[in-house]
Amino acid sequence: MEKPINIPESTLPLPSLKSSNGLLQWIASTDHKQLGIMYMWTALFFFLIGGIEAMLIRIQLAQPGLELISPEMYNQIFTMHGTTMIFLVLMPMSVGFATYFLPLMIGANEMAFPRLNAMSFWMTLFGGLLLYFSFFAGGAPDAGWFSYAPLSEKNYSFTNGLDYYCVSLIVTGIGSIGAALNFVVTTITMRTTGMTLKKVPLFVWMVFVNSFLMLAAFPLLNAGLVMLLIDRQLDAHFFLAESGGSALLWQHFFWAFGHPEVYILALPAFGIISEVIPVFSRKPIFGYNFIAASSVAIALLAYGVWAHHMFTVGLGNPVNTFFAASSMLIGIPTGVKIINWIGTMWDGALHFKTAMLFALAFIVDFVIGGLTGISFAIVPLDYQLTDTYYVVAHIHYVFLGGSLFGLFAGVYYWFPKMSGRMLSEKLGKWHFWLFIVGFNLTFMVQHFLGIMGMPRRVYTYPDLPGFGTLNFISTIGAFMMGLAVLVFIWNLFKSLRHGDRAGKDPWDAWTLEWLADAPPNLKNFKQLPEVKSRRPLWDLKNPDKADYLSNDES
Amino acid sequence: MLESTFTHIFQSASDDTDLLNRLFFWFFIAAGIVLLTVTFMVAYIIRKFSATKRATPHTHFHDDRKVEIRLTILTSLVILLFLFFAIQTMWRIDTPPAEGQKPDLIITGHQWWWEVYYPENGVIAANEIHLPAGKRLLVQVESADVIHSWWVPALGRKMDMVPGHTNQVWVQAREPGTYEGMCSEFCGAQHAWMRVQVIAHEPAEFAAWIKVQLKKINPPGDSLLLRGALLFKEKTCSNCHSVKGWSEQANVGPDLTHVGSRKKLLGNKEPNSLETLKNWIANPQQLKPGAHMPNFILSQDEVDAIATWLYSLK
Repeated sequence: MEKPINIPESTLPLPSLKSSNGLLQWIASTDHKQLGIMYMWTALFFFLIGGIEAMLIRIQLAQPGLELISPEMYNQIFTMHGTTMIFLVLMPMSVGFATYFLPLMIGANEMAFPRLNAMSFWMTLFGGLLLYFSFFAGGAPDAGWFSYAPLSEKNYSFTNGLDYYCVSLIVTGIGSIGAALNFVVTTITMRTTGMTLKKVPLFVWMVFVNSFLMLAAFPLLNAGLVMLLIDRQLDAHFFLAESGGSALLWQHFFWAFGHPEVYILALPAFGIISEVIPVFSRKPIFGYNFIAASSVAIALLAYGVWAHHMFTVGLGNPVNTFFAASSMLIGIPTGVKIINWIGTMWDGALHFKTAMLFALAFIVDFVIGGLTGISFAIVPLDYQLTDTYYVVAHIHYVFLGGSLFGLFAGVYYWFPKMSGRMLSEKLGKWHFWLFIVGFNLTFMVQHFLGIMGMPRRVYTYPDLPGFGTLNFISTIGAFMMGLAVLVFIWNLFKSLRHGDRAGKDPWDAWTLEWLADAPPNLKNFKQLPEVKSRRPLWDLKNPDKADYLSNDES
Repeated sequence: MLESTFTHIFQSASDDTDLLNRLFFWFFIAAGIVLLTVTFMVAYIIRKFSATKRATPHTHFHDDRKVEIRLTILTSLVILLFLFFAIQTMWRIDTPPAEGQKPDLIITGHQWWWEVYYPENGVIAANEIHLPAGKRLLVQVESADVIHSWWVPALGRKMDMVPGHTNQVWVQAREPGTYEGMCSEFCGAQHAWMRVQVIAHEPAEFAAWIKVQLKKINPPGDSLLLRGALLFKEKTCSNCHSVKGWSEQANVGPDLTHVGSRKKLLGNKEPNSLETLKNWIANPQQLKPGAHMPNFILSQDEVDAIATWLYSLK
């Protein structure tokens, strides 16, 4: 019945740092698994730096009127925190997972363009290092992660920080475009026999859709950055009103990239969640087509919502009305996904492994982020909430409660495949509970701070009633998260050396990556079954109950 | 009571803020229901469908198009309802001014202070904004450098001050009183201390205030005060600051004509006192690092003379 596809045996040994040319083997590698791992180490490295910056911010804000850090330094730190976490942590981590698992999940042995893949990674890493070099070159960027002109222009920010910001983000942007191109071509051309586009795992589908978003969004950012760099270095006047430019032009460029970017960081996490929840509920995903189609809707709508970041700049009622409508519309496809995930768990048999716990926390916390997001689409509410701590709370619920929880779930889910060893569940649960409690403590109170009128991006604040207490709670929460991250890193290093052997398929999962060795050999697979349904491994393990027999996939 | 201890953006002194509050109220109700429903369902799933109670799932469904479509329609209806209210409220708040209506007030954001201009009588003031209570006023907001944002929650919506771009916003204080506000768009080193106080007066009281503001400053008779006034010019303070009747060409820094009468100084960082003025003049960078006023390295008695004179300008 089965027609296994044989794949020629690899003659090369597995890459290892212990071999005679170990380090070179990694640096010169074009293997998607090695590059994926390097993406993840990069993300972890910058995650620690960005986390330290977050701690400094929270220490400074722990009490009213503290001036432990000078305002100039504070502005650099919060700018670097945002830029790092978005461009150097969430992006490379999502891209890293996709680089590692997209080929495995579609039964390919490599990405379509291995050398482009390597270039994308090194662009990302060196872009990040370039950004941090600014600290040694006179000062880091200090105009916020979205660097509004004219504050980001030479006359208001006169260190070299913003020049480094422009150049380094252009470099990482080129890397991201290369990666996106690679994902699209790999998904289209390298699927194994029988795996039609309607049978790819949802993670693959999300990355595929996401890559189109990246392909269209990053050129906008890079165009804006080039203009800003020309303004700063060659005295042009794209964004300077006094010489005929427009400060709002920058905002249009930035948010036309920036809003799709939010979805670029969310969709891969949606993909991971859509893999984790079915496996740990022992049920196939509920409404595959619905999730797949709503992602396409999100990707298309994501381009028509950018001006909801600009409701208070005075675009006028007609323009605001249009963007209010589009921004509310995008809430629908995002919201219905929650229904699908809940439907998947409904009447299942849930295994509460750490990966699943993060997926459950994701659902609740991402709903909070989504609901506060709606309040920014309701224009009059945006008038009062924008640029307050309510926004800070909102973006963290989206980026942590959404993207990061998804990525944590992915780490606990896929670590056994990447390393051959299990992560400690005990430490994992410590990580989970400390992080969840710390996270909600830190950011829930920030909603209230925003409502009490605390503007964002302030290096200190007046001693108004309640401000000190709530900020102090927020700082305590941040330290809990910091502790959780230390537990997580301890878990990673400990399990890499001493974790239980995982075997090929520790979770009894259904997608093709679990057929490969753990860690997979250089050519990924020895044999592949013909794919006849969305759960090829389930079919292989349960030939009598195979999905393609019931044929209820439409 | 909460009202008296906490400041929050729902404290309203204007019709616009009332409209906003109503929308906020319904939004929080709807959002709360959604959040509770999802949380409850997740909690129920965790309790009910744990693998410790059942080895395998009881059902195996892949899809239920009917449920999905119904819930999508329900979500869409709620969202459309809020879209309708959002647009309705927006058009009520942002009513276009009458043909040819002149602004009652022009407020310009600077790094890191507010300049106020009353076009009707030519008064220029800084940082403390006085208004007649009652009427809905048309305020034009501008910026002299980077983007700032005008925000006094009790008096109406927030509006950005964008260089090269004039915006108009309605501001109303129904009752006399003091209202706290702040710059709400990140504008550089001292964004945190770009706060503002709006003081609303009964119309008669406001007219009296305007009259005081129109008074020019005469050279003082007292020798210490005169020394301060002369130093103000000699030490180039007057290159950035104006004092009407004495030196009025500059507006780089706040107008100081009646600085002694203000309640707070330095973007509301410090209460107005002789002490604050002295500390500020002696070393601006210590009180507000990054501020555009340099340290002039004045001697202590020069500082005293200038501060005493400025403080006397009520």
